[in-house]
Amino acid sequence: MRETPVKVAAEDGRIVKPPTSDDSPLAVRGLTVSYGDKPAIFSVDTIVPQGSMMAIVGPNGAGKSTLLKAVLGIVKSLSGTVSIFGESLSEAQQRVAYVPQRASVDWDFPTRVIDVVLMGLYRKLGLLGWLTNHHRKTARACLERVGMVQFAERQIVQLSGGQQQRVFLARALAQDADLYLLDEPFAGVDAATEKAIIDVLKSLKSQNKTVVCVHHDLATVADYFDRVLLINVQKIAEGPVATSFTAENLQRTYGGRLAATHIDDLRLPAG
Amino acid sequence: MWTTFLDALLLQAGYNAALVAVGAALLGIAAGTSGTFLVLRKRALVSDAIAHATLPGIGLAFICMTALGGDGRNLAGLMLGSALTAAAGLLLVAWISRATRLSEDAAIGAVLSVFFGFGIVLLTLIQTMSSGRQAGLDGLLLGSTAGMLFQDGIIIAIGGALAVGAVFALRRPMTLVAFDADFAKASGWNVGHVDLAIMGLVLGVAVIGLKTAGLILIVAMLIIPAVAARFWTERTEHVVLGAGLFGGLSGYVGAALSASAPALPTGPVIVLVCAFLFVLSLLFAPIRGVLASLLRHRRFQVRVHRRQGLLALAHSEAVHDRMTLAVLRRDDLIRADGVATDIGRAQAAKALLDERRWEIVRQMQFAEGLKANFDGLTPIEGVLTKDELAEVDRRLGPLSIVGG
Repeated sequence: MRETPVKVAAEDGRIVKPPTSDDSPLAVRGLTVSYGDKPAIFSVDTIVPQGSMMAIVGPNGAGKSTLLKAVLGIVKSLSGTVSIFGESLSEAQQRVAYVPQRASVDWDFPTRVIDVVLMGLYRKLGLLGWLTNHHRKTARACLERVGMVQFAERQIVQLSGGQQQRVFLARALAQDADLYLLDEPFAGVDAATEKAIIDVLKSLKSQNKTVVCVHHDLATVADYFDRVLLINVQKIAEGPVATSFTAENLQRTYGGRLAATHIDDLRLPAG
Repeated sequence: MWTTFLDALLLQAGYNAALVAVGAALLGIAAGTSGTFLVLRKRALVSDAIAHATLPGIGLAFICMTALGGDGRNLAGLMLGSALTAAAGLLLVAWISRATRLSEDAAIGAVLSVFFGFGIVLLTLIQTMSSGRQAGLDGLLLGSTAGMLFQDGIIIAIGGALAVGAVFALRRPMTLVAFDADFAKASGWNVGHVDLAIMGLVLGVAVIGLKTAGLILIVAMLIIPAVAARFWTERTEHVVLGAGLFGGLSGYVGAALSASAPALPTGPVIVLVCAFLFVLSLLFAPIRGVLASLLRHRRFQVRVHRRQGLLALAHSEAVHDRMTLAVLRRDDLIRADGVATDIGRAQAAKALLDERRWEIVRQMQFAEGLKANFDGLTPIEGVLTKDELAEVDRRLGPLSIVGG
């Protein structure tokens, strides 16, 4: 039997661009990030179709937040590529909005709710652009969408956890992007906030925008999302919730950490 | 001395003193505004490293300028030298904390002392090398404005104005990075560059302030105005403005004070004025100040005791708490012998009614957003509309008549 040589580069050693036939909102190839000698995520690939709502699901320390941060260039990757609408991150920056974990900032910062939302417009304003009434109106409209407009003049230190989360979402709305990346938006929020957030995300989806959430509540995955990416350092499974969010895949993702009874409670299609 | 101080304040104490006062005010404004972002970024300590790392630069610049046959005390030359070593110190701190597992404060501690030690060695060398001519250099440690030249004043004024202009131009990215660096990065700002700009501004101000405040005490002018201003406001712009005001004021008044007593070094006096403003803010600022929060806490405690006392009255329970009794007595809700007055009985009935109303509200649909008010202390009339209250009373049934 003759062996066909496997070809990994062009004859002259040039690097061949990966096939980017698609201009999907988010395409990740071979993304690896390490904080020390142990990778936080290893060689993750994913392609998120336009207009989908995808949950990134996995156990604690699985690299869910790291994946988002690596996509956004907040943490440096060791290898791999990220393309956003077929472009590099810096080219497509204006089309991406980000909602960090709310615990990642000091809420005793001297600023008001409306000022936080206006931060979503800073990039467009540039260094010397004047903040006009038009911008303030935009910011108020974003607060309106998350049901927080009556808090516009409040100091952020006075907000509850759910209200903080909604302000962060309003700031991302102000960025007026096409791809929204959210890090645990439903963590520790009250029921009213959870509903307000999911309503906003669904309205984004209805405008054909793409939403990717790091999500920890397995019970709501099927209700809220249409796609799922299961990771535990490496990608375990990816696809529509109906076919990929299965008991078998969950068991592979969480290992022994997820009790079988818990999986039964989710009433998943047999895997 | 009092009249000399007044003269100095009014810029009447001679040309030189006026120049110093105006220069110090400008320096204070620049230091206060640019230091604010360092404080908000929670990296106030970096300014200490920068300030101490200027010393070897001063020594080296003096040696170079003398070796080239110039005047070793030329302020512009000394500033350039100090800026270079301060930048080197800053880069070293950044490199150590990035490349090793050392935390930034450890890196700052190491760099600060080594650079300062090296600077002192250089100054001592200069002293033995050429006696007499180095007189001006000691003054740069604590600030000495005696014999400040007009051109020195101009340098300080221009430098200060440039720093204030840079703060204005960079206020948005600096605010964003200080509040939420991850979001700043994700929305396309180069966080590394913005941090560099914050440090660069602080470095610039430290260098400008060598002559007036001295390289050790300039740290106080960078940090104290910002933390003092923070007591008065909850908005970044106002913290920046307040810090500029406090910094400018302490520079101006401090320089005037030191001009009225020639033996006083400028730096320490400015810092003391600045510290005085800080203590005033800490104690008397309306919301975040210590006295205000003590008062607020006390008032809240009285409300709690009053409420508990009224509910005890309504249930005809004995009150054992000394403070509760004192509050009830003070408000004429009970008599000296512990029996409830008419007002006391009426208010107790109202308290009980409101308690039952809250219980109903808790079960009702619209209560979702009202959770924060379920403390029994917020008056229910301020939370519910008249219609909602009527609905609550309807559900409460005949009990609601008790209140009258």
